[in-house]
Amino acid sequence: MFSSQPNHARFLPLAQLHTLVAKLMQLAYQCLGPAVENGAIVMRELDAPDGLPRGLQAEQSPGRYRLTRDPLNRYFAWANGPQAIKPQAFAPKESLWRVERDDAGALQFAAVEAVAPAQAIIGVRACDLAALALQDAHFLSAGRRDAHYAKRRELLFLVAVQCAEPGATCFCASTGDGPTPTAGYDLALAELAEGFVAVAGSAKGGAVLDALNLSPATPQQIDAARQQGQAAAAAQTRSLPGRNLREALMSRLEHPRWDEVAARCLACGNCTAVCPTCFCHAEADEPALDGQSSRHERVWDSCFGESHGYLHGFNVRSDIRSRYRQWFTHKLATWHDQFGRSGCVGCGRCIAWCPVGIDLTEEVAALTAGVQP
Amino acid sequence: MSAPPAMDSGPPHAASVVARSQESPTIFTLKLRLDDAAAQAAYRFAPGQFNMLYLYGVGEVPISIMTDPEARDGIGHTIRAVGRVTRGLAALQPGDRVGLRGPFGRGWPLQEMGGRDVVLVTGGLGCAPAVSVIHYVLRRRERFGKLVIIQGVKHADDLIWREQYDRWAKLPDTQVLVAADEGAALWPWHVGRVTELFDLARFNPARAVAMMCGPEGMMRVTAEHLLARGLPESSLYLSMERNMQCAVGRCGHCQFGGAFVCRDGPVFNWGEAKTLLAHRGF
Repeated sequence: MFSSQPNHARFLPLAQLHTLVAKLMQLAYQCLGPAVENGAIVMRELDAPDGLPRGLQAEQSPGRYRLTRDPLNRYFAWANGPQAIKPQAFAPKESLWRVERDDAGALQFAAVEAVAPAQAIIGVRACDLAALALQDAHFLSAGRRDAHYAKRRELLFLVAVQCAEPGATCFCASTGDGPTPTAGYDLALAELAEGFVAVAGSAKGGAVLDALNLSPATPQQIDAARQQGQAAAAAQTRSLPGRNLREALMSRLEHPRWDEVAARCLACGNCTAVCPTCFCHAEADEPALDGQSSRHERVWDSCFGESHGYLHGFNVRSDIRSRYRQWFTHKLATWHDQFGRSGCVGCGRCIAWCPVGIDLTEEVAALTAGVQP
Repeated sequence: MSAPPAMDSGPPHAASVVARSQESPTIFTLKLRLDDAAAQAAYRFAPGQFNMLYLYGVGEVPISIMTDPEARDGIGHTIRAVGRVTRGLAALQPGDRVGLRGPFGRGWPLQEMGGRDVVLVTGGLGCAPAVSVIHYVLRRRERFGKLVIIQGVKHADDLIWREQYDRWAKLPDTQVLVAADEGAALWPWHVGRVTELFDLARFNPARAVAMMCGPEGMMRVTAEHLLARGLPESSLYLSMERNMQCAVGRCGHCQFGGAFVCRDGPVFNWGEAKTLLAHRGF
C-alpha cells in the first residue's frame, strides 16, 4: 500500500473515520464492518457511520479464539474472524436455476439471476484480499465465468486494513500475502495512534478518498505505517517452509503422518468452511411443496464430508486419511497446477477454528521434515 | 485430443425420452431428444464426452453418451440404477421429460486413432463410454487398423449387449475377448480374469492406440500389461469417473490432483493420470 508516488497517501484522523463510512453509505453501499457475534468478529451491516467497534483483540491459538480488550483501544487490533469476504462474493447458498413442470409434464428451465446489493466491506485483511484473488481466478477465469459470483464480486467495495496485531495463528508473511495489503483493495488503511494512513487502490477508491478532502499523510506517518507492517510480519511465530511445497508433498503421499493426523481429525469440515480460498460447493434440488416447480441450489460443500467423493455406490475417499490428504495436497500442492501458486494465504483460520487444534503449519513441518525448500 | 465444444453451465435443456431399453435387471438405456428442435439440431458431441441428466425435482447425474455422434435417433445414455437420480431415471418411459446439459469434457483421441490399431479394454459398465468409440470405428471401418475389444465382467449375467459382442466378433479385422470372473450356463466366453485374455489380443503395439474404461484396479493392471507389450505410454488412454455436480470445473468434487475430471477429462492420457492412480483415495 506504500508507493513512492508523491501525495498518494492521505491522513484520516481517528475522529473522522465515520466520514469514510458516511461517504460509502451516501454512495448507497451497504456497509459491512466488524461486529461481535457469539464471541467472535464477524462482518455485519453497520447501522450508523460511527458504528465500528473499538478496543477488540482476537487471541487465537490452535482450536481457540477469544476476544480480549486492546489496551490501546484501536479499531482494528483484532487479527481476523472466521469469515471476511468469501461469503459476500461466493454465497454460502444460492439458486442457480429453476424449473417448472406443467400438467402435461413438460419442463421449463430458467436461470435465476443473482440478487446482490452493492456492498462495502470495512476491515478486510491482506490475507483476505489474496484469497479473493484466488476465488476470482477460479470463478472468473476466461471461458468459465460464473455469473452469480461475477455479479456479487463487481459490486464489492473493499476497505482493507493493515494488520498491526497478527494472531498467534497467522503466517501470512511466510506465504507472501500480508500483513500489509498490496493489491486488490479499493482503499487501504493503516491504523496509527492518531489516525489512519489511507491510500486508494482503484479509481472508485480514489474518488472516495478525494471526496473526503484529507490532507496528505506526512513522510513520518507513512514511515510509521510501514514500520508497523514490518513489525507485524516479524511478530508472526508460525510459517510455512516454502512457497511451493508441491514436490515435497506429492512425493510423500504414503507418509505415516497422514494416518497420525487422520486419527485426530474429526472430518467436521470447519477448516474448509473458514478457509477463504476453498471453493467446493454441492448442487442440490429443492422441489416446491406443490410439486409444480423446483429450484437448483448450490451450497458450500467440504471435501471432508462423506458425500464429496461419492461415486455410484461407493466412496472414493471413505476414510479420513484420504479426505485430509485430499484437502491438504490440494491446498498446498496441486493448487499450483491450477492457479500457479499455493491455495494457502496464511490467515491461520483453519488452525484456530479446528475443534481439535490441528495446526496446518505443524503438519507441513512433519510431512516435509528433511526437505530443502 | 478432440477439442471440447463450448461448455454450457446454464440451466439444462428440456428433453424427452424417445426410446428406453432394459439391458439387464439394473441397467437400462435412455435415448433422449432435446425438445427445442434448433438446440437438438445444433447438438454435437465427441465419443467419450458426457451429459448431465436431470430428473425433475431430484437432481443431476453425469452419464456418458453411448451413441454415435452422427446417429439421429436420439442421444443415448446407458445407466445403472444405483442412486436416487438413476433409480428415478429407470422409471421413465418414452414421452417422459428430463433435463439435459452438455456435452462436457474431453473425449477419446479420435484424431490420433486414424490408421492405427484400436484396442479397447473395459470392465463392468465401463463399456458404455467405450461403446460410442466402437460404434465410431465400425461406422468408419476403413480409417482404422485392427479393432480389439476386451471386456471383463464379474458375473456372466453382468454382460450387457451380448448379441452385439457376438456380432462384432464376426467382423473382419475385429477381435472380441470377453471374460467373466464367474461363468453361467451357455456362457460362450472365457471364465476367469480378463487379464488372462491379454496374451490372446492381436495388435501391433507400435501402431496401436489403447483405451481403457472401468474399475481403476483393472485399468492399472491393463496398463502394466499393455506397456510391457511395447505400447508407448503416449498411446494409452483411460476414462475416469469421479463425483461431478457442476460439470464445468467449478464445484470441486471431481478434482484428481490438479485436474478437474469433468473438464480436463474424463479421458486422460495414461501419463497424466498414472502417478495419482497408484494411490488409493484421490
